[in-house]
Amino acid sequence: MAILVKPDTKVLVQGITGSFGGRHSKLSLEYGTQVVAGVTPGKAGQKFEDTVPIFDGVAEAVKETSATASAIFVPPPFAADAILEAVDAGLELVVAITEGIPVRDMIEVKAAIKGSATRLIGPNCPGVVTPGTGKDSHGGCRIGIAPGYIHKAGDIGVVSRSGTLTYEAVWQLTCNGLGQSTCVGIGGDPVPGSTHLDIIKLFNDDPDTRGIIMIGEIGGSAEEEAAEWIKENCKKPVAGFIAGTTAPPGRRMGHAGAIISGGKGTAEAKIAAMEDAGISVAETPSQMAEALIKVL
Amino acid sequence: MNLHEYQAKQLLARHGVEVPGGQPCTTADEARSIAEGLFAAGQEMVVLKIQIHSGGRGKGVFKDGFKGGVHLCKSADDVHEKAKAMLGNTIVTKQTGEAGRQVHTLLVASGEKIVDEFYLAVLLNRETSQPLIMASREGGVDIEEVAETNPDAIVKLNVDPLLGLQPFQARNLAKALGLSGKLIHSGAKLIAGVYKTWWECDASMVEINPLCIVENPDGSQKIAAVDAKISVDANALYRHKDIAGMRDLNEEAALEVEASKFDLNYIKLDGSVACLVNGAGLAMATMDAIKHYGGDPANFLDVGGSASTEQVTAAFQIILKDPNVKAILVNIFGGIMNCNTIAEGVVAAVKETHLTLPLVVRLEGNNVEAGDSTLANSGLSLITADSMAEAAQKVVAEAAA
Repeated sequence: MAILVKPDTKVLVQGITGSFGGRHSKLSLEYGTQVVAGVTPGKAGQKFEDTVPIFDGVAEAVKETSATASAIFVPPPFAADAILEAVDAGLELVVAITEGIPVRDMIEVKAAIKGSATRLIGPNCPGVVTPGTGKDSHGGCRIGIAPGYIHKAGDIGVVSRSGTLTYEAVWQLTCNGLGQSTCVGIGGDPVPGSTHLDIIKLFNDDPDTRGIIMIGEIGGSAEEEAAEWIKENCKKPVAGFIAGTTAPPGRRMGHAGAIISGGKGTAEAKIAAMEDAGISVAETPSQMAEALIKVL
Repeated sequence: MNLHEYQAKQLLARHGVEVPGGQPCTTADEARSIAEGLFAAGQEMVVLKIQIHSGGRGKGVFKDGFKGGVHLCKSADDVHEKAKAMLGNTIVTKQTGEAGRQVHTLLVASGEKIVDEFYLAVLLNRETSQPLIMASREGGVDIEEVAETNPDAIVKLNVDPLLGLQPFQARNLAKALGLSGKLIHSGAKLIAGVYKTWWECDASMVEINPLCIVENPDGSQKIAAVDAKISVDANALYRHKDIAGMRDLNEEAALEVEASKFDLNYIKLDGSVACLVNGAGLAMATMDAIKHYGGDPANFLDVGGSASTEQVTAAFQIILKDPNVKAILVNIFGGIMNCNTIAEGVVAAVKETHLTLPLVVRLEGNNVEAGDSTLANSGLSLITADSMAEAAQKVVAEAAA
């Protein structure tokens, strides 16, 4: 019924006592997500919102609560260490929300976790949501900072580099009566834990995902790589949108990874690759759901 | 964050890379005294180079007609005269745009006898998430041109970030550049130093173009980085206080500097339709929608996730300083943020800035009904829209009216 997380997935939060991590952990609890532990070194024994036990380290938290997924909210200088700790503890899924981690730290992390069983999503991402079946999709698994109520349980998979643009797509789907299996924000950094392609392969293999929306932006060539694979291998209809047609070359457009450099990573090249792969590309960001409905 | 050539060379020298001797200066008198020192040390030629964050310096033309931002000089008097002509003057190069760039700093360096020129760069390979070294036998020219016309001249090497660049890999690269004999060792040492600079300084890119074989006064040869460009990962500046201090605000657009004080991500463009959006992806998509409906975006502006009244007001003030702006679009998807808070912020900002330009507001998300009614009851003549497409069409029509 979903990829990466299910409504009963047990989640721990690294950085739960920070203001940002705390605010969103509370929202996840209210959404009905199984937030079973928090990790803040030195604060073991305390409780978050009087219910969620806090541990000094991830390994202890996993041992005591059987959590299988982590949300990382720790500040950039400590985020790489937090990711490595979560991987070391054997979690299945690590979602790094933190924005502003140095690229060099992520290069090291990505090389270090190669071959491990852990899937890393992010950093600099809105997180992962598998909507629940309650009112306003209550009862789902929300890891990260996405608004829960815009979702609706269903069979469309969404993968995106951007936060608010993902919410835009999800809201369009929900307003059109199309629910989502899982929505995955892979983040706007140049060294992401998972790529569009990684997530699209999961959606392709998920029996409960019927169609896919892939949202990309300028910079890198991840969208082209995904399009190439989709052309040969994807069994499901895919719609997409690329942001940054009007972005000037050589400028970083908010996200660290959103930059056209040396003529590479343009929106035009990405859109052409997607169209060549048979992906239904929305002309404007208001038409993302419409573009998918056309090919469903 | 981009660095000047002289700053890049300081960092490279710190990591064992051979660079021509020289110093930066900000007055013609200083330029003369640095040049005198170089001539006294036996240099026959001294090179004078303007320090701006733009390429094409050599072929640039100053606004008063003075030609070239790079000069080879044979005497300290010549250095003084040319420095005087360039300092404070504004140069236009193929990369600066018509406005040009005012010159505040010069690099005075030894004019090396160049025997051969190569290209060397270290950057991130986004496909593999590894450092990538690019080397080319063709130096001193645009690498993108070489990639098109003579791709075989370019050698690429992915480096295992956990092991770092190995000496044999550096030697292989030196050989691939066509170096032989002793120069293989000095070439490999330089390549290793450039890689180390990239890694240790958290650089996004280090580019040496040209990397040169230069002839010493005694006729022997060595390898040196004759020009250098470095950009640094802004997210890593917290652990490089010295590099953070190299930021040159003269090289950044004044409005962008102002915006960064309020944690606003603003990039000025040339169009007439301004936009104020939350989230980088949505901000780009909003610009695209404006273009799609026949307008031209005046800026990229991401107010981030919280968008306080203070930030929204600052954003309006910055937008209004751009004289090209004819209409403004506010596009907010308030996921967690309360749309009514945003609406109150917009109303306060409009009142405080005495906005007279047409304003189109599209709010979506949390508590949007209250937000819409705040806007409707504000007494302001703003235009509302339900979707991004509708908002873009309306603002483009207003800008054209």
